[in-house]
Amino acid sequence: MLASLSLILLCQLIGEVIVRGLDLPLPGPVLGLFLLLLLLLARDRFAIIAQGPLRDEGVENASKGLLSHLSLLFVPAGVGVVQKLDLLAAHGIAIFLILALSVVVTLLATVLTFRLVSRLFGQQDAP
Amino acid sequence: MNDNPFSLWVYLSQSPLLWLTVTLVVYSMTDAVSLATRRHPLANPVLHAMWIIGAFLLLTGTSYATYFAGAQFVHFLLGPATVALAVPLYEKRQLVLASIVPMLVALVVGSVTAVVSIVLLAEAAGLPRDVILSLAPKSVTAGVAMGISESLHADPSLTAVAVILTGIMGAIVVTPLMNGAGITDFRARGFAAGIAAHGIGTARAFQVDEVAGVFAGIAMSLNALVTSLLVPLAVTVLLR
Repeated sequence: MLASLSLILLCQLIGEVIVRGLDLPLPGPVLGLFLLLLLLLARDRFAIIAQGPLRDEGVENASKGLLSHLSLLFVPAGVGVVQKLDLLAAHGIAIFLILALSVVVTLLATVLTFRLVSRLFGQQDAP
Repeated sequence: MNDNPFSLWVYLSQSPLLWLTVTLVVYSMTDAVSLATRRHPLANPVLHAMWIIGAFLLLTGTSYATYFAGAQFVHFLLGPATVALAVPLYEKRQLVLASIVPMLVALVVGSVTAVVSIVLLAEAAGLPRDVILSLAPKSVTAGVAMGISESLHADPSLTAVAVILTGIMGAIVVTPLMNGAGITDFRARGFAAGIAAHGIGTARAFQVDEVAGVFAGIAMSLNALVTSLLVPLAVTVLLR
């Protein structure tokens, strides 16, 4: 468990270092995500890497544990927003409607594009 | 200490322990309600935890900085949790690879729609230029959105509010909207949630379906990259 958590933190740390170093327009943890993915894929290729957290579902279980309460992690930032709602309200109620409308339009545009292209390429619905 | 209950409160209210506990206890309750209503969209655990804790801080006259000293331990885990998204992505890699073309096209269309729609709507509503700039990156994860806002000399704290609000709205509306539109493909549903409503949308997607969660995580990650490149371009084209 400790080794798995360390591996996750290490991926994030390397991600942050690369992003800061190269000034990439990407969050460090997202690069860390790709690093961990590469490690998992490499493990299937080269048995020698299958050590410690990369063995016996170690990092898999730790990750699933972290993700099982993903919603919780947004609460501290969300509480900050409750206190700053007046920042938005200062520009009138219209601003809330605009944000809501934009979310709905974005959801529909994305999902319909995905389905259309998927159908053009002759794919069935995913299970 | 027994002589003065107030001094106990002063001590506790300044310690991280109290606010970390409040965060976990309130979330456990809102999450239990969400489960009991079989994940009803309006019972969103983040939404209810944030206003309950917000009201509690207001009633006790606690500053956000004091609260955050405790809650930061939870907030910190956002980074590792993002890295952890690699695992479900790895496990569903065949399905993801098979969907790479619709994903990339939907990424471009979705990112452009998110930015262009908010800029045009805000312009139509007659909002001032610096507010429009602050709203433009609202569909990406807060850290990146605030970075974009800063580089445009807009107001990053206004951006943060718009980002969280967008996430909550997206998480609430996505399920009824997709059911209403008759979309049963959880790859597409999840991907849309990740594009429009970043991490909060992704958290919602994981509650509904694991495949949806995986695709939301990919969408959120890729959108961070595309939107950083897109927003500066869009505002120069759309804003005079």
